[in-house]
Amino acid sequence: MTAIPVISLEPEIQTRRMSRHVFNVILRDPLSLISTIVIILFILVAIFCYQVAPYPLEGAGKTNVANSLLPPSPGHPFGADKLGRDVLSRVIVGARPALIIPIGVVAFAVLIGAPLGAIAGFKGGWIDESIMRITDLFLAFPSLLLAMAIAAALGRGIQNAAIALIITWWPWYTRLVRGVTISLKERYFVEAAQAIGVRDSVIILRHILPNTISSILVQATVDLGTVIIAMGGLAFLGLGTQPPSPDWGLMVSEGRTYILEQWWISTFPGLAIFIVVLAFNLIGDTLRDIFDPRQYR
Amino acid sequence: MRKLEFIIRRLLTSLLVLIGVSIIIFIVARVIPSNAAAMYIGPKARPEEIARVTIKLGLDKPLPVQYFIYMKELLHGDLGTSIGTKRPVLLELSSRLPATLELLFTGMAIAVVVGVPMGVLSARWQGKPTDILVRIVAIIGVSMPAFYLGLLLQILFFRRLDLFPLAGRFSNELRFTNPIELVTNFLLVDAFIGSNWIAFKDVVYHLLLPALTLAAYPAGLIARMTRATMLEVMEQDYIRTARAYGVRETVVVYLYALKNAISPTLTVIGLTFAIALTGTFFVEVIYNWPGLGLFTVHSLLNVDYPAIMGITLYGALMYVLINLAVDLLQAWIDPRISLK
Repeated sequence: MTAIPVISLEPEIQTRRMSRHVFNVILRDPLSLISTIVIILFILVAIFCYQVAPYPLEGAGKTNVANSLLPPSPGHPFGADKLGRDVLSRVIVGARPALIIPIGVVAFAVLIGAPLGAIAGFKGGWIDESIMRITDLFLAFPSLLLAMAIAAALGRGIQNAAIALIITWWPWYTRLVRGVTISLKERYFVEAAQAIGVRDSVIILRHILPNTISSILVQATVDLGTVIIAMGGLAFLGLGTQPPSPDWGLMVSEGRTYILEQWWISTFPGLAIFIVVLAFNLIGDTLRDIFDPRQYR
Repeated sequence: MRKLEFIIRRLLTSLLVLIGVSIIIFIVARVIPSNAAAMYIGPKARPEEIARVTIKLGLDKPLPVQYFIYMKELLHGDLGTSIGTKRPVLLELSSRLPATLELLFTGMAIAVVVGVPMGVLSARWQGKPTDILVRIVAIIGVSMPAFYLGLLLQILFFRRLDLFPLAGRFSNELRFTNPIELVTNFLLVDAFIGSNWIAFKDVVYHLLLPALTLAAYPAGLIARMTRATMLEVMEQDYIRTARAYGVRETVVVYLYALKNAISPTLTVIGLTFAIALTGTFFVEVIYNWPGLGLFTVHSLLNVDYPAIMGITLYGALMYVLINLAVDLLQAWIDPRISLK
């Protein structure tokens, strides 16, 4: 997903071996395996939401007042909300913004952050200084607060919320990739390439960036959980997805008024966020045990 | 002398960061919005009003000049007037700050008191049931959005068990029966000073659920990072030497290893403080806590620019101060740092 344009530039054999290694470790660890399956299932549900949802129209926002605040029953396992919409269908359709958008956010943050980090780490000097001082500024903010302000400035809506998160997230990858790049720069294959006069841009694209992928992937997996919570949080506050579109964070917020009696309206979408984030964190833990990107920070 | 030099250098960098941060806030509040003047007035802006405000805000001037004016006002403590409440932003923020800080500090205190021992115990008994239990609790803590946990706690402790109040900072009847004399605006402190024990108990009851909700994520993160740091330290040679000498494991872990794990743990605590800062906004919305959070959300949704600027500035300032405090504390604990 995130790194496709980079991978296509002839990945180092090492990277390929690394990804097979990652795959094996995940297969062997039962918790990570279950988490991976859960995430794949959720993504499939998000992609085919209109086929899977029992009431796709209600999922998208069509009201059905006759079913208002219907408790969970065999026909509506998650009950219905104030406007009579099937909560299960809403959770299923809401998986799209809640899951796909954060993946896109992390992908864009990597696409902006990683090349800058590689350039900063490889070139050093004033280029490094100026790139890193800018990232420092962004890192000197509580990132979600900055994202909230930017999202509000751009105007409410899921697209702007995503843009706001990308703006606040890329510096983390710049910092990470810069660290990895500095350690790669000393390696023989980079020095050899420099010695035979390969252009800097080619070295960065062919030799540096492909070798940072494993670190980026680990960090991105861990970050996905955080970004999903952040997106959900923005939606919860009303800065993300706008009604009547479904979104897990927004649904938790919509059900808040009824939380004491009609607990199901908020509980199920919240549970969905929790499960997905937990799954990403579990995989992230396993990956981190293998690679530990912290050593580069 | 080196220490003093370090402190001065650190203060100067903080100042530079704050200047940079002010530029970002300036861009967010004045440059991104396509028509800041119209935003400033609100949805029903008339063209002549927009023209007037454009001049009043100096939006017709070049950007560097605008930034200079904005900084001058900022340094005079003028954050503008809130569009929503028509009161000075500084006043709005300062009147709400104590409630937020009370929540933030209580939450972080819980997170540190729970998280650090959890991480240490987990590392001490690595692979044992204690470790597994701690890791499960910690990963649940960092996977649970505050806005969801808050609702679950409300259902459980208010609706089902009826143990804690649903929302608010204190019971309404308290105003008449045992009014708290406001000194610091930290109700916990004020009730304590006034020996108003009935009120104190009531305030504690109201504070507990929000503080727990806020503490969950930081506590989980602190526990996980403390564990990782402890394990890292425990692999070092001096620990192996201590063990080889037959020093008891309890002493090795709690005395030798913990000592060197304190400094990285402090960094994590500083980091989680920043996360909790934004967390208060969500917790305040859920528990109807009369702090900055409700005001923030209202300002964000109504694009109340001066207010948003003030709030972001508060967030950045707090963040910089916390980082500064952590660094100074670390330099004090670990003399190697100031020598770098």
